[in-house]
Amino acid sequence: MWLLRIAWRNFCYRSLSSVLTTISLALGVALVVMVLAVFGIVTEAFSRNAQVGYNLVVGPKGSALQLTLNSVYYLSQPIENLPYTEYMEYFDAETRAEMVRVYGGDPALGERDGVYVPMIGGGYAIPLALGDYLGDFRVVGTTPDFFEKLRHGPTLEQPFEMREGRALVSHSEQYGYFEAVLGSRVAGQLNLSVGDQFSSTHGDPEGKGHGKKFTVVGVLAPTGTPNDRAAFVNMEGFYLQENHAKPLTGEETIVPPSEAPEDPDGFLPLSIPEREVTSILVRTGMPMMGVVLENQVNESLRSQAAAPVGEIAKLMNAIIGPLLTALLVITLITCVVAAVGVLVAIYNSMNDRRRDIAVMRALGARRGTVTGVILLESFLVAVIGATTGWFLAHASIWAFSGLIEDRTGVQVGILTTSAYEWYIFPLVLILAALAGILPAASAYRTDVGTNLAA
Amino acid sequence: MTEQTPSNTSDVLKITDVIKTFDQPGGGKLTVLDIPELTIRAGEQLALIGQSGGGKTTLLHLIAGLLTPDSGSIRVAGVELTKLSEQGRDRCRAATVGYVFQTFNLLPAFSAIENIQLGMAFGNRAIDTHRAYDLLDKVGLADRATYRPNQLSVGQQQRVAIARALAGKPKLLLADEPTANVDPASSDTVLDLIIGSCRDENIALMMVTHSMEVTKRFERVEHLDKLNRIFETI
Repeated sequence: MWLLRIAWRNFCYRSLSSVLTTISLALGVALVVMVLAVFGIVTEAFSRNAQVGYNLVVGPKGSALQLTLNSVYYLSQPIENLPYTEYMEYFDAETRAEMVRVYGGDPALGERDGVYVPMIGGGYAIPLALGDYLGDFRVVGTTPDFFEKLRHGPTLEQPFEMREGRALVSHSEQYGYFEAVLGSRVAGQLNLSVGDQFSSTHGDPEGKGHGKKFTVVGVLAPTGTPNDRAAFVNMEGFYLQENHAKPLTGEETIVPPSEAPEDPDGFLPLSIPEREVTSILVRTGMPMMGVVLENQVNESLRSQAAAPVGEIAKLMNAIIGPLLTALLVITLITCVVAAVGVLVAIYNSMNDRRRDIAVMRALGARRGTVTGVILLESFLVAVIGATTGWFLAHASIWAFSGLIEDRTGVQVGILTTSAYEWYIFPLVLILAALAGILPAASAYRTDVGTNLAA
Repeated sequence: MTEQTPSNTSDVLKITDVIKTFDQPGGGKLTVLDIPELTIRAGEQLALIGQSGGGKTTLLHLIAGLLTPDSGSIRVAGVELTKLSEQGRDRCRAATVGYVFQTFNLLPAFSAIENIQLGMAFGNRAIDTHRAYDLLDKVGLADRATYRPNQLSVGQQQRVAIARALAGKPKLLLADEPTANVDPASSDTVLDLIIGSCRDENIALMMVTHSMEVTKRFERVEHLDKLNRIFETI
């Protein structure tokens, strides 16, 4: 106990040096803890976002990762578009015929089942049309099925909830085809609420604004998924913006729509040959059919199917994992540098302390005793620094927990720890022992006679 | 510590044929001490005088076990130091020897009372806080217990150093010119404390000094120049 008391007194006596050394170690530990927390948050955010409720994302041939990034995470640019008829392949003849009646197109499309119908059985296919922006956020053209059929949350049983308003519908008397539902972050950041109108911009955030405005009819409650940062608009309204219709070649067979709703502004939905989808979110009734469907789609000429979970795992393993590991290594090096600081501080103080050590020896202290005091000082810096750094990191994480939850959906408490954090304390103690060895050896070798006479 | 039978149970210190040399920078050895015999009995008080560089401090370090002689025998409280390992000498020193330095050498990070308690702690004794305060009271600094050395005057620092040297209940107190750095008024107080305390607690005292005034306080005065055979050849 006396050794610890002596070490503590020496720590206090050289308070400026001790505190600065401790702070540098605390900052190193805080950095490591924060990087581990970021690692955990990023991993959970990605894995929770990969739990999207659908098995496959179908899009044009190209990079599966890019397809996943733009259709699941609303990042990156869409590859290309698919003809609407590709989307119709997921529906039976009756539904296809109804599409022809509502939108107009070749009646032959409604005379057969879509080729992927046998694999869908009990599942769904939801179209997405991307390419426009609202500020920095993606505008996602989709159908009411998006809000009715998609589920999210850890068990994929949670339906979308509206913080205010309602989900968009195919066509309403009040707003026609131009209804929008905003993700929670979009609404919060752009200060938009139900009843507000906005124009989307074409191609990129700085692009040309479309003329026809959408009216916000609902705002989603936070989901912790990328849907929080998307503005969903009725796909029909999306199609009806200028330059969104696929140019016709004149060779198409188009029977005008017979069941299109009456629109107060006289808008008619685009005909099937004029319609394109960026991607299709597909869930098969039976999970095992997902693999069959994926293979069959990938064998087709136009489309590819990607499993978001697999693509995200690849992304994590290939890029984000190594990046986070590199970050962790850098912060660990910071800890080592801080430990070297401890060594330098204590070692430099040894010159001033040789006489004290000699006096302690003259009073009866053994070499082992004075060596132990120096090592204990190093441990004191380590324990105080590591504890302070740990609390500093968790307090910082806790301070930003609201923002983190808002951005990622991941809830972090002040005592939310990662499994790796428990390795930090032993690691820092080992570093402290290593840092203390040199000065302790110097104390061990201190010549009593010479230093008492000095 | 190895138990040994002393040659005379009343001898606290017995030095026989001790030779101490030091390596010289140019090579060869410089003999500093060659003492055929020196004995101090329990409770005896001895002033040791000698010229500067004559080996007085070296002799004290040999007796404290901080240095080892090239040859000869040093028995402290019946224990043959030359036969002990360094660790054994540390233990022996902590248990039997008190040391008062010329420059006090209080540990600056500790208060007056803690400096005294350290004298006990290193002696592997239980900390006797009551005795520590008694000693501080004895040296007239009861009201300075929590003061750090830099908050004490030079004379007060030496008084704390005396209390610290007595804390471990030594059998032999070594004092290396304890009055050299204090003013004349404080010098008397310091001497009174050392001599009085050693008498009260039957502690043998060996005080190195340059001052003839100081030697007047001692019944036994030894000249190192006469004890040390190297001076016979000069």
